Amino acid sequence: MSKIIGWVDDRFPLMKMWNEHLAEYYAPKNFNFWYFFGSLALLVLVIQIVSGIFLVMHYKPDAELAFASVEYIMRDVPYGWLIRYIHSTGATAFFIVVYLHMLRGLMYGSYKKPRELIWLFGMFIYLALMAEAFMGYLLPWGQMSYWGAQVIISLFGAIPVIGDDLTLWIRGDFVISDATLNRFFSLHVIALPLVLLFLVVAHILALHEVGSNNPDGVDIKANKDEKGIPLDGIPFHPYYTVKDIVGVVVFLFFFATVLFFFPDGGGYLLEHANFVASDPLKTPEHIAPVWYFTPFYAILRAVPDKLLGVGAMGAAIVLLFFMPWLDRCKVRSIRYRSKIYKINLAMFIVSFVVLGWLAMQHVTPTITLLSQVFSLLYFAFFIVLFFTSKNEETKPVPDRVT
Amino acid sequence: MMKRKILTLLLAVLPTFSYAAGGGVHLDSAPIDISDMESVKRGANHFVDYCFSCHSASYMRFNRIARDTGMSDGELRENLIFTTNEKGEPTKLGSLMEVAMTDAYAKEAFGTAVPDLTLTARARGADWLYTYLRTFYADPYRPTGMNNLVFPDVSMPNVLSSLQGIQKAVYKTETRQGVDVETIDHLELAQAGSMTTEEFDVFVADLVNFMVYLAEPVQNERRSLGIKVLIFLVIFFVVAYLLKKEYWKDVH
Repeated sequence: MSKIIGWVDDRFPLMKMWNEHLAEYYAPKNFNFWYFFGSLALLVLVIQIVSGIFLVMHYKPDAELAFASVEYIMRDVPYGWLIRYIHSTGATAFFIVVYLHMLRGLMYGSYKKPRELIWLFGMFIYLALMAEAFMGYLLPWGQMSYWGAQVIISLFGAIPVIGDDLTLWIRGDFVISDATLNRFFSLHVIALPLVLLFLVVAHILALHEVGSNNPDGVDIKANKDEKGIPLDGIPFHPYYTVKDIVGVVVFLFFFATVLFFFPDGGGYLLEHANFVASDPLKTPEHIAPVWYFTPFYAILRAVPDKLLGVGAMGAAIVLLFFMPWLDRCKVRSIRYRSKIYKINLAMFIVSFVVLGWLAMQHVTPTITLLSQVFSLLYFAFFIVLFFTSKNEETKPVPDRVT
Repeated sequence: MMKRKILTLLLAVLPTFSYAAGGGVHLDSAPIDISDMESVKRGANHFVDYCFSCHSASYMRFNRIARDTGMSDGELRENLIFTTNEKGEPTKLGSLMEVAMTDAYAKEAFGTAVPDLTLTARARGADWLYTYLRTFYADPYRPTGMNNLVFPDVSMPNVLSSLQGIQKAVYKTETRQGVDVETIDHLELAQAGSMTTEEFDVFVADLVNFMVYLAEPVQNERRSLGIKVLIFLVIFFVVAYLLKKEYWKDVH
């Protein structure tokens, strides 16, 4: 065995990579619950790629055949239903895991110097993931696939001068059609997964270059033993591999519960209207995006002007990119930050969740008013953060992790 | 203070929520049991007898029903397959459940294409179907002479009226914003059919049960596999947890 490894090592940095990223990657020993979601996101990515490969073997990206081919997978392909539900449940799981992973970053200041690039790569992963999910949702070619895409693509039409040409260019036709389905299929199964994989590698390489943050926000590299190993660090493998396996099993328990017992998630994961084949002549009564897009959709609906609405929706995402520079506090972890920051972050989470709920409701004056209030609260987070973080009253940060 | 404000805002939304839910017609809860394969089998017979002349179920194969309900090929032919293909040969056991009626013909006959019913139970829900099929009532202003409570001005005639009989609407007068409006209070049987109301409800329940099965034939298998997977994960959790504990003994 060691002979084979030696042979490979002379030609390829196998053990070097193994050591750098697993066996001799020293992670802080105080990771808590929130630190499961990074490895879980990687797991869900693999789940989606593998289940996706099998779906593509049977799916037909053709406006005439797409809807029926999904039902063919559900009925005639052996265990096709399982693969399809894994993929559809996986999409939701991906966003849950990624949202919790991002929240972890916000709580423990993981975007701060020297981890700005990790955060930026992460934000680009999130963007690519949104595009991936949006394009994937068109493929079943049901009513909600069709009309959801119609609504979202028409948003680009709000851009002055180039808007109409841009929507035409995206669709490849004057309406959502076979041309749109084909290009979305191509982007969903090849282009975006490649982008995602590249970004994930960059995200992890950047992380392993500077080292992991931790719930205390303490720099573990400041205290090393005589061998240069951080005193508060433990090798990722085996310690965190065995710990993450426990996280994986718990995650899979929830995942399997949804997959086997509530695959349509009460109409939130697989929307009822999407069990009707797409019909360009019949608009569904109520078009709502899938839950993971709803907070941004609520912001869009809250603004009376279409262009400004699109701008506000874009800003809601773009502002997150600037977190490393909007937050000027030197202390990383929420454990040692001021009450203002804690309340500010809590309000941000509340407004994100409430906005998500609001977007699923029929528009009434009350719903619009509430959407406006919570949109303002959402943006207030960034403004309050920028102005209060520089001279924030923080608690003393310990030298070592607790 | 902040928490109270959030609560107030949330409470302000509640009335609009209940309004949205109360907008439709009351739906009766469908008394169905998808694991009751005898009921699904009866429903399949009803479906073929009463729906399948016009409505297709074109994502489903005949012999899948036979496999899932434990029918033999002979029984399948006897009970569910009465058609021939274009060449005049009997429809194959593994054929998709398509009907001969074209959209063009349907548009002439009913004014609209006849929807495929394979996935209707997933799109509309069992309760909707169960209520819809039982709430046709006589309405001389409709071309079919029939209207429906949950699907007003529906194009479909009441194909089950020979069983159910004919219901008529009983109106009541309501005052809305100072104006008297006639609204339907309830339906009552004006002319008896071949079944009693109880028998008819069971008939529709079986039919809806079949349609729920039809929309996702794998669902019984899905649940039973799910239980096995969850049991495996619980056992795996114990192993994984003990392994983690063993390794982490020496981390202080």
